[in-house]
Amino acid sequence: MEIEHVALLARLKLSEKEKNLFSGQVGGVIDYIDKLNELDTKEIEPTAHVFPVKNVFRKDKSRPSLPREKALQNAPRKDGKYYRVPKIIE
Amino acid sequence: MQYEAVIGLEIHAQLLTDTKIFCGCSTRFGSEPNTQTCPVCIGMPGVLPVMNEKAIGYVVKTGLALNCEIPSLSRFARKNYFYPDLPKGYQISQYELPLCGEGYIEISVNNSRKKIGLTRIHLEEDAGKNIHEGGGNESLVDLNRAGVPLMEIVTEPDIRSPGEAVEFMKKLRSIVRYICVCDGNMEEGSLRCDANVSIRPVGEAELGVKTEIKNLNSFRFVEKALDYEIRRQVKALNDGVRIIQETRLWNPEKSITESMRSKEEAHDYRYFPDPDLVPIELDKSWIEEIKEGIGELPDARRERFIKEYNLPEQDADLLTAEKAVAEWFEQAVKSGGDPKTASNWIKGDLAKLLNEENRQISESLLTPKHLVEMLALIDKGTISGKIAKTVFEEMYKTGKDADAIVKEKCLVQISDEAGIEKIVDEILNNNPEEVERFRAGEAKLMGFFVGQVMKETKGKANPKIVNELLREKLS
Repeated sequence: MEIEHVALLARLKLSEKEKNLFSGQVGGVIDYIDKLNELDTKEIEPTAHVFPVKNVFRKDKSRPSLPREKALQNAPRKDGKYYRVPKIIE
Repeated sequence: MQYEAVIGLEIHAQLLTDTKIFCGCSTRFGSEPNTQTCPVCIGMPGVLPVMNEKAIGYVVKTGLALNCEIPSLSRFARKNYFYPDLPKGYQISQYELPLCGEGYIEISVNNSRKKIGLTRIHLEEDAGKNIHEGGGNESLVDLNRAGVPLMEIVTEPDIRSPGEAVEFMKKLRSIVRYICVCDGNMEEGSLRCDANVSIRPVGEAELGVKTEIKNLNSFRFVEKALDYEIRRQVKALNDGVRIIQETRLWNPEKSITESMRSKEEAHDYRYFPDPDLVPIELDKSWIEEIKEGIGELPDARRERFIKEYNLPEQDADLLTAEKAVAEWFEQAVKSGGDPKTASNWIKGDLAKLLNEENRQISESLLTPKHLVEMLALIDKGTISGKIAKTVFEEMYKTGKDADAIVKEKCLVQISDEAGIEKIVDEILNNNPEEVERFRAGEAKLMGFFVGQVMKETKGKANPKIVNELLREKLS
């Protein structure tokens, strides 16, 4: 089922009831977006960006980084040096 | 059945910028964990990436050096997946419209040249580093590397053997170091390589099922892992086992590739143009400016060394693989050193001394000037070629010049004929049996006599005079 694939990609655990509910809702959104396909865009260049702006750059100049305790401040699990996360590989 | 291997490589090269791709954090390697991060590179909500101009220039420079097409328009895309080393939940990379299109690198295969095609080169951000040891039942994450600019070079499946793959990697490393866009340090991970490998019956056009091998962080591992994987696939097919498309990891301890056995999850990266970054337009004058900064590449320099200095191909290969070595050599020649003699000292004694300490030529106390002054002492007959080796090593160790070392260690060659004659006479008197055998036709004893004289004079006797005297007296 499509909704299960999308849920997996988003790391969401859905109940059967939610799957049914969201299937219908997401389907509705996709149908709505599909309306765009009614437009003939054959002659139109694909839009890379909505603003007609190109080449916005910064110089390769260093700036101070965050103090480590600040960087780690919001992490649910951490020690003095690292973010700690559930073990990724056995 | 005879099989042939079909290999394509994906190379990731960290760019030598001072700062990260989208923020001003330092890219320095080896700092304390999580001390080089900011709200941009750890993915705080509401921040905006701003492209590092130098990173774009470096990728284009690489593309130009590798004969790539450079499209005028390029843009960035989000590659969406979850992993703890990727703080934003997506990696900013390129999908359609990479910075560089098709190109090629020429390598030497069995004394002829072979072109390995390049599919594309694109720019992306590196991820952080996950550490699985030392965290108990947790993994540790260091985000210093997150956001370091990374260039991905993808080859066509043109490589046919592990040896060719190694040649390709060496050539690529040499070029990126020449043009100063990547330090090429495979141990520190600034140059990394993944390989796609399949086999097919010789003569078959269709490609077999491929596996991807990761973690090839040295030339030796590239060769060994590919060699192992090809043999594994041949055995599987001969045994009637089907090869499955999968990612495998090179295990250097066991010298095998192992299936990563990650949960079989179809990759679905949902690439889409990153709305936070505007497109890049490369106009002609910018490309020209970058082109001018490339300078002489290894192949061109190799050709020039052969022509200009009359060097054998093998010497030219060795001298030009590293830019710093080539420059060291040319400096020696420009200060008056004979090209072939200088080359011999560089690839012989100097290479050996540097290897012993795992040093770069740029770190050597011994300069081209040292070598040239020492060569002049040999030419003048002040020291012998043999003694020169001692002087050379001393110059390497201390950075003192040849003249000073020769005086300090009393290494001046003994060319005083009367003095040497006295020693020769003594040796002939002390070894009557050998003298007789020599006269009876045992010509190889000449070496013994020369050796004795050298031993007596601590290697300082002028070998030409020694030989002449011995020949005269023994005839």
